[in-house]
Amino acid sequence: MQYLLLIYGNEQNSAEMNKAAGEAMMTEYRVYTDDIAKSGHYKGGNALQPTKTATTVKVRDGKRQLTDGPFAETREQLGGYYLVDAKDLDEATDLAARIPGAKWGSIEIRPVWSMPSA
Amino acid sequence: MSVVSPRETIARLYRDESPRVLATLIRLLGDFDTAEEALQDAFAVAVEQWEHNGLPAKPFAWLVSTARFRAIDRIRRDARFTSDLDGRAVDAQAPERADSSFDDESGVGDDRLRLIFTCCHPAIAREAQVALTLRTVCGLTTDEIARAFLIPVPTMAQRLVRATGKIRDAGIPYRVPATNDLAPRLDAVLAVVYLVFTEGYAASAGDEVVRVDLCGEAIRLGRLIVELMPAAGDAKGLLALMLLHDARRGTRTTDSGELILLEEQDRSRWDAAQIAEGLSLVEAALRQGPTGAYSIQAAIAALHAKAASAANTDWRQIAALYSLLVERAPSAVVELNHAVAVAMVDGPAAGLLLADSVAARGELRSYHLLYAVRADLLRRLDRRTLALAEYRKALELATLEPERRFLRSRISELQLRDSDRAPASRES
Repeated sequence: MQYLLLIYGNEQNSAEMNKAAGEAMMTEYRVYTDDIAKSGHYKGGNALQPTKTATTVKVRDGKRQLTDGPFAETREQLGGYYLVDAKDLDEATDLAARIPGAKWGSIEIRPVWSMPSA
Repeated sequence: MSVVSPRETIARLYRDESPRVLATLIRLLGDFDTAEEALQDAFAVAVEQWEHNGLPAKPFAWLVSTARFRAIDRIRRDARFTSDLDGRAVDAQAPERADSSFDDESGVGDDRLRLIFTCCHPAIAREAQVALTLRTVCGLTTDEIARAFLIPVPTMAQRLVRATGKIRDAGIPYRVPATNDLAPRLDAVLAVVYLVFTEGYAASAGDEVVRVDLCGEAIRLGRLIVELMPAAGDAKGLLALMLLHDARRGTRTTDSGELILLEEQDRSRWDAAQIAEGLSLVEAALRQGPTGAYSIQAAIAALHAKAASAANTDWRQIAALYSLLVERAPSAVVELNHAVAVAMVDGPAAGLLLADSVAARGELRSYHLLYAVRADLLRRLDRRTLALAEYRKALELATLEPERRFLRSRISELQLRDSDRAPASRES
């Protein structure tokens, strides 16, 4: 099965991180990504720009409505994601728990809806 | 000898065998809902065939293979319309050889254990874990579970549908966790069993006629886990704890539902056989180790059960066990119980000191027993005005009617005695 691991954290805290701490975090993420690529779990992943760069679009009655900012203001913001292959939720949970951000933020584990192949 | 009709035999088999058959079917078919449908189908066939042909030699094997055929039929029928087998774990090509392959029931225990761990998976909400365990492991109906927890049947049905849906869609595995993960996962299983028990125990003064016996179900589950996981010491401790509490269930209230305190219960009416079983399980659990929180609580319950009278209770041991429990499974409620035990050994002043330090931390601010305990200790220290105030706070917070009646009677006792005395009482 495929799972999307959504990385949530307080982006204010990340913004206030000093340079050394920021670099240490980047290294941790690189090591983790390499690890799960080697083990064959990694299917994709990215870090996201902070929510101040977000734009939300809706289409109502054929008209676009644009808003500056994320869809919902929350205490923790989506900061990145991994797409992984795992045999079940337990394996996906093990992968998610190893994401560096799990130590200060939280990881939401979402199974990917598998569409019947055409 | 009374003649048992085939229909009655099938009804009994349904009650006894369906949880075991279901556990195996879930493994074979890989899906809760498919397994449940197949089980119903198989029993429908059984009613038809067994009435004419008599019981098969091995009902369990017959039920499993019939259910499996039915499931495969269904999937084939569906597949004709969707042209896709949707990755189901059924080997639709080779159902023919299945006929005799379920004679061996040795794997059934493993299937049931898998089912227990799946139902109590931490990714499922606790209340849904409880419902799912009662539905699939114990074989209770949705109606029975809804009634037992006093919630509407549609709400319970929805809770179960959501839980089985999550197991399927989120890929919750159907297996006993690996060794390094087993301890916390077993704790979650035991917590579910204990929750079923305490729900039944707290409600035992209620309308028992329409409510299924949750204490009995919890004890059955406890027995099953002890049987399936002999290495789990704390599972034995939990079973012992439940047996020892349950042994005095009938003596906890009067016929009219008044609460009877432990020291005033009629010990001759405690269930001696159940106490004996509980005591030997406690010993086994403590010998086996490592000593878990349920085993310690069971050891405490054992000391109460062994005491010929309240006055003969070994409070020194109980106090020691509570301080061990404070260490192993710290909680304010456990500390409060420790205070009560210490008061029995070293006097109410020593107990009050401990109870006050629990109260000072504020976690139990809205817990009626905190005030009831302090009230009782103050009463024993003859500090009546303060005791009265504490009893009143307890009464404000207590919700169970027998407990409220008990608190009210204590209050009027104190008021009565107070009015006998000179108006200026010595109060610190």
